[in-house]
Amino acid sequence: MDYVPHISIIAAPNKIQMANKELNSTDYIQHHLQNLKFGECSDGRWRFADHHINIGEAHTEQKTTNTYTCDAENMGFNAIHVDTMGMSILLGSLFCFFFWRVAKNASVDKPSKTQNVVEYLFDFVRGVVNDNFQDKSNKLIGPLSFTIVCWVFLMNLMDLLPVDLVPWIANGFQSSTVYGPIHYFKVLPIADVNAPMGMALGIVILIHYYSIKKKGLGGFLGELTLQPLGKWAMPLNMLIEIPGFYAKQIALGLRLYGNLFAGEMIFILIALFFGAFFDSLYGAALGVFGILLSLAWAIFHVLIIALQAYVFMILTVVFLNQAHETH
Amino acid sequence: MDFNYTLIGQLLAFILFVWFCMRFIWPQLLEILETREKEISDGLEAASRGKRELEDANSQREVIVDEAKKEAADLLSQASQRANQMVEDAKSEAQEEAERVKASASADLEQAAKKAREEIRSEVAALVVSGAEKVLGAEIDKDKNAELLDEISKEY
Repeated sequence: MDYVPHISIIAAPNKIQMANKELNSTDYIQHHLQNLKFGECSDGRWRFADHHINIGEAHTEQKTTNTYTCDAENMGFNAIHVDTMGMSILLGSLFCFFFWRVAKNASVDKPSKTQNVVEYLFDFVRGVVNDNFQDKSNKLIGPLSFTIVCWVFLMNLMDLLPVDLVPWIANGFQSSTVYGPIHYFKVLPIADVNAPMGMALGIVILIHYYSIKKKGLGGFLGELTLQPLGKWAMPLNMLIEIPGFYAKQIALGLRLYGNLFAGEMIFILIALFFGAFFDSLYGAALGVFGILLSLAWAIFHVLIIALQAYVFMILTVVFLNQAHETH
Repeated sequence: MDFNYTLIGQLLAFILFVWFCMRFIWPQLLEILETREKEISDGLEAASRGKRELEDANSQREVIVDEAKKEAADLLSQASQRANQMVEDAKSEAQEEAERVKASASADLEQAAKKAREEIRSEVAALVVSGAEKVLGAEIDKDKNAELLDEISKEY
């Protein structure tokens, strides 16, 4: 199916390289999977990748002299996804600010409605932690779980925004064919593998920290090498234990990423139905079908959004509890 | 998989938010909840204590009321006994008084009668003497005939 963006005709002609080129489905999907990148260019300086930001004279130098390239694909590790960081920090700050306000104004005798909701959520997390975590003196696990469940839920929730809405606004209310002010903007941080894996990395560090703190370095390594078969089968033990130990930690981040990435992908695919909405009656019918499909998937996806936030939290609690347990 | 510094940035943001939650959100909410839990359990305990105290007070009240009733009954019977006693006493005293009054009255009466008789007797004696004097025409020695006169006056 060819994607024919209906606003592409309005494209400002000279500022834009691909102004009149029609986007096909592949381009459309790839556009939605591209993060807004700020990274190291070929001359070693950090800039936004080519065409990612088109405000003012951002890349005039490069355009006129061609002394360097700022290709998003060549940046490697030396780059940062501005949209992922921006959205996650925005949502995290929202979480912090909201709960800080409620906690500050909380009253024992006369809780407000907001406080009731917050307390319900708080009590839920506290219940999960109490049920699954043995070391009651640990001061970190509660706030950690609470932050995870709220922050991940808020980030996941961004999946329910229409896929084209935020990119469209960022692009100066223009279609993705047009190189507007901010040409790429992924609103769902979790669909960028860095976000869930970055959080999972924090959990991995904590798992190692607590394992070594509670069991000692010897105890921790012993768990990976001396069981289940005893020390004469050490290579076999390592073959069993080490992949198992690390697979669950990698899976913690990948599970969240995979679920949300897949959900986002399906929203993008459904969005392809809207392409010809104003072109013909057939296109309009297809668009209506797309709306219904989108609605159905959104209703189902709400489950995944909440569930994955919960799963990430409870697995964190369980893994950290395992790190405390000595066999 | 497009890994880059965002991974580290996300990790740092994560640490920052967890720290914030640990410092400004979790302890405050925990305190509120624990305070309320404590208040509720205290309230329940106070309620059951109050109930127990009420029961104690009720049974104590019954004892006190019983005692008071008994005391009142005692007092009442004592009082009526005393009243009876007083009435009895007053009655007997009154009777004694009446007896005494009666006795003195009859003594007075007797004395008066005796006196009157005495007077009559002496008058009769004088009359007899004067009559006899008149009859005999001679004076009778009163001292000599006193015995006789007495005899005569006794006959009246």
